[in-house]
Amino acid sequence: MLENYLPVLIFICVGLLVGTVMIALGFVLAPHKPDSEKLSPYECGFEAFEDARMKFDVRYYLVAILFIIFDLEIAFLFPWAIVLKDIGLFGFLAMLVFLGILVVGFVYEWKKGALEWE
Amino acid sequence: MNFPLPNFLPALPEIFLLTMACVVLLVDLFLTDRSRGATYILAMASLLGVCVLIALSFSHSRILTFSDTFVRDPMADALKMGIMIAAMVSFLYAKDYLREHGMFKGEFYILGLFGVLGMMILVSAHNFLTVYLGLELLSLCMYAMVAMQRDSAIASEAAMKYFVLGAIASGMLLYGMSILYGVTGTLDLGLINERLPNVQDKILLSFGMVFLIVGIAFKLGAVPFHMWVPDVYEGAPTAVTLYLAAAPKLAAFAMLMRLLVDGMASLHGQWQDILILLAVASMAIGNIIAIAQANLKRLLAYSAISHVGYLLLGVLTGTTEGYAASMFYALTYVLMTLGAFGMIMLMSRQGFEADRLEDFKGLNERSPWFAFIMMILMFSMAGVPPFLGFWAKLSVLQALVQSTGLLWLAITAVVFSIIGAFYYLRVIKMMYFDKAEDSSALIASNDMRVVLSANGLLVLGLGLYPGLLLAFCLATIVSP
Repeated sequence: MLENYLPVLIFICVGLLVGTVMIALGFVLAPHKPDSEKLSPYECGFEAFEDARMKFDVRYYLVAILFIIFDLEIAFLFPWAIVLKDIGLFGFLAMLVFLGILVVGFVYEWKKGALEWE
Repeated sequence: MNFPLPNFLPALPEIFLLTMACVVLLVDLFLTDRSRGATYILAMASLLGVCVLIALSFSHSRILTFSDTFVRDPMADALKMGIMIAAMVSFLYAKDYLREHGMFKGEFYILGLFGVLGMMILVSAHNFLTVYLGLELLSLCMYAMVAMQRDSAIASEAAMKYFVLGAIASGMLLYGMSILYGVTGTLDLGLINERLPNVQDKILLSFGMVFLIVGIAFKLGAVPFHMWVPDVYEGAPTAVTLYLAAAPKLAAFAMLMRLLVDGMASLHGQWQDILILLAVASMAIGNIIAIAQANLKRLLAYSAISHVGYLLLGVLTGTTEGYAASMFYALTYVLMTLGAFGMIMLMSRQGFEADRLEDFKGLNERSPWFAFIMMILMFSMAGVPPFLGFWAKLSVLQALVQSTGLLWLAITAVVFSIIGAFYYLRVIKMMYFDKAEDSSALIASNDMRVVLSANGLLVLGLGLYPGLLLAFCLATIVSP
């Protein structure tokens, strides 16, 4: 059984090899003439505008969490739709219950104003 | 592949509760703050409905459904009814407290109901996946409830600690489950128990079992996995502390029974040693550190840790009497802890928590009746006859004495229970012999007064007829 994974092992090795060889070649062949301007951090060619450690609006997290829920829902729907004929009535009803509970959650977040940005 | 429709009937209480929780969620959305009481009534009605449903269809044998992942037996039904009653009582005690502290929100009840659903699934689990499903549903609700008072730094800290440690515990549990799945090739608890004796790799098996027990011990709050208990009990709003101190203990007991007894009874000799270690450490650390506490919520947290130690004593004997004694102990503990936290909430007012020991000074002058109720509860927790807590300790010790070679453990338990009596008796001394710092009368709604009094008197009354509850527990455990 383990030999089935041989292509994966070869792929990992080749991937590591290509990655390290490219970087090593650049390191060995490229000219090194550092000065303070080259080494200083920049943002789109300019001096850095602000500190990278800035506060994120908490609403981004809210949107991200809500996105994950409905993203996962879709991830469940695809395989379900493909085997729908085989899993019969029980499979169909189970998904309906699942979607029903999600709809309850959706109504909740909508009414609570989680979808409004301002 | 064809999926036949499973038998939904055994899970009817769970299905009802899920539906009602969704209904409460939707109804609460359209209520104004003034009519929020409807959420409370609806939540109580849902719990009562589940209780009635279980009582009407109380099972006499073991029924498996949903491809053997869900089990319904008398023990499950009894524990579920206990959970319902505990949740209802904690909702009732919490109502005034939540109003006074500006936390009377629908989310408390919605999370509470989903948490109860998680407990019910955990109690009825017959598969590693169902155990995990129930446990996570319960835990996630409790993390959110602890964090509900989000402007309070201490509550946020408690929630963070609880979440991080809970996640680690879940990880340990899953790791143990995956190893056991690896050596037995099944997730079904019944099949695992059958296949365990034939497993070749004993070391891997022990490894998986240890991780599983670590996960359970985290959830129970047994030493040395107890670090989260005092901080969470103290940091959470008292209403939430009450909720997570009472009913989930029954679910944790069920989890212990399902995983160790249903799933790994054939390894009893191995997990017994681990449980002995956990029990002795819990009784020692819990009882000794509780003496140093000045905060009543923290004191009750350490007392919870020591009670978990006594609860483990019954299970580790591996006998039916031992399991029944532990179940008796769990039910008794829940009854006492409901009353004790109920007293803290009875004394608290707007902007005043009443969670320091000094706040109970001279309670006898302010309200002789509730001082008497608190005295019953404290005596019972300390294990003084004729209160219920004494009989719970006694039945656990009896189970220990009857099994061979565990007499020393029974003696150790008695010694630690005597040490523990000190801090319970100190509360009583403060109530009766110290001067009150403020002598204002207690303000509480009538339903809270009545239920709290009934709660205290039940501890006394069941203590006078101790055979009732123990016989009930024995009857539910024997039948499968």
